[in-house]
Amino acid sequence: MKKVSLEVNGKKVSKEVPDHTVLSVFLREVLNLTGTHVGCDTSQCGACVVHVDGKSIKSCTALAADIEGSKVTTIEGLVSNGKMHPMQEAFKKQHGLQCGFCTPGMVMSAIDLLNHKKNPSDKEIRDWLEGNICRCTGYQNIVAAVKEAASKM
Amino acid sequence: MKTFNYHSTKDVKEATKLASSSSAFLAGGMTTLPSMKLGLASYKDIIDIKRIKKLSGIKASGKSVTIGSTTKHVEVANSKEVKKAIPSLAALAEGIGDPQVRNRGTIGGSIANNDPSADYPSACIALNATIHTNNRKISADKFFTGMFETSLKKGELIEAIEFQIPEKSCYQKYPNPASRYAIVGVYVAKHKSDVNVAVTGAKSCVYNEKSIASALLKNFSSSSLDNVKISSSGMNSDIHASADYRANMVKIFAKKAVDAC
Ligand SMILES: Cc1cc2nc3c(=O)[nH]c(=O)nc-3n(C[C@H](O)[C@H](O)[C@H](O)COP(=O)(O)OP(=O)(O)OC[C@H]3O[C@@H](n4cnc5c(N)ncnc54)[C@H](O)[C@@H]3O)c2cc1C
Ligand code: FES
Ligand code: FES
Repeated sequence: MKKVSLEVNGKKVSKEVPDHTVLSVFLREVLNLTGTHVGCDTSQCGACVVHVDGKSIKSCTALAADIEGSKVTTIEGLVSNGKMHPMQEAFKKQHGLQCGFCTPGMVMSAIDLLNHKKNPSDKEIRDWLEGNICRCTGYQNIVAAVKEAASKM
Repeated sequence: MKTFNYHSTKDVKEATKLASSSSAFLAGGMTTLPSMKLGLASYKDIIDIKRIKKLSGIKASGKSVTIGSTTKHVEVANSKEVKKAIPSLAALAEGIGDPQVRNRGTIGGSIANNDPSADYPSACIALNATIHTNNRKISADKFFTGMFETSLKKGELIEAIEFQIPEKSCYQKYPNPASRYAIVGVYVAKHKSDVNVAVTGAKSCVYNEKSIASALLKNFSSSSLDNVKISSSGMNSDIHASADYRANMVKIFAKKAVDAC
């Protein structure tokens, strides 16, 4: 067992977990933050993307013990004062989701893109979202949503 | 995933001391964790080496660029030193997987794993790299010994990879549209007195395509490859591409790389 202390969505947490606990399990099963989804569980699909110390990573492929001391932001941490994040608003408005399974990862990944690049082109958005797979939308509206969010952020 | 003991280590001595026949070093974990989840590997001890300061970072001199083993792909892709000294190497790193893979995956993990379709092994061969481990230096042509195999001994730790700065170089790959791993990747590098043409993705292990290299040594232009024949014997054949297709791609991508040098 390992004691893992993190800051998750601005709150300090400290839990004793088995050594092989990955971050996605730590978030979903230990902290009950089920907004982070698990699709493939082997770092292919991007449904589990969260931010660790400001960078997007696949939480299914990082040990909780390995990121000890880090700051984690999940989809639940985006709402402020009861208002959705502009990226969430844009996904809603542009129909950037259907079943919504990929959406938490898409949103977290897209926010990381805009942190790097304020006004990305369609190609830059598609290249960046390489690691986020969506089986429903055909990506068109996802790209439109990221563009709209870029104009508002 | 079967459970294990996780060790976060602070220096090379501590990490290598913990190593045994049932341990693995953990760098980015992008290969190790999925293979443990899929039951392809299991270990008693996982030795995290990411907090060892000396293993991370990039240094450039007049002749070479040295990259610490736990340096992440994103750091190589964005490095001013690498972009200036060996732009093709920064471009290779930028083309690996996706942003989240690049935020975690490391150069040392990539070459230790020696996936037949990985990008970095081709850079090591093309750029006459020297692999520095905790107890010796290995030249790249002796390092990659077979499919997922290297000359590393059990518990031997890669500390850094030193790349020779070429006169000109370019890496071109035909990526698998899902993973971005190379279906075929060709890294052409022209040094003062030799030319290397490292090919990844085509065979079970990265190799130097000597027939193309010797044609380019005589005349460094893509037209000098017109009459070179690449045999498909020993080439991979799978759902992505047949052996004949790969053989053809080796030449096409070598030409592309020469033209873009
Ligand atoms: C979705 C996806 C797409 C990818 N696409 C590409 C691609 O397009 N091109 C490409 O080249 N790669 C690709 N990769 C591979 C990735 O870039 C990593 O480089 C690779 O997974 C291994 O690096 P790591 O740091 O994660 O190593 P780990 O998984 O931590 O380790 C891998 C192996 O290397 C050993 N090891 C690690 N560091 C050292 C060291 N310093 N000394 C000795 N042994 C060590 C470990 O013990 C383990 O056996 C992809 C991976 C994923 C998951
Ligand atoms: S669940 Fe993590 S990448 Fe698919
Ligand atoms: S909305 Fe269903 S997977 Fe993307």
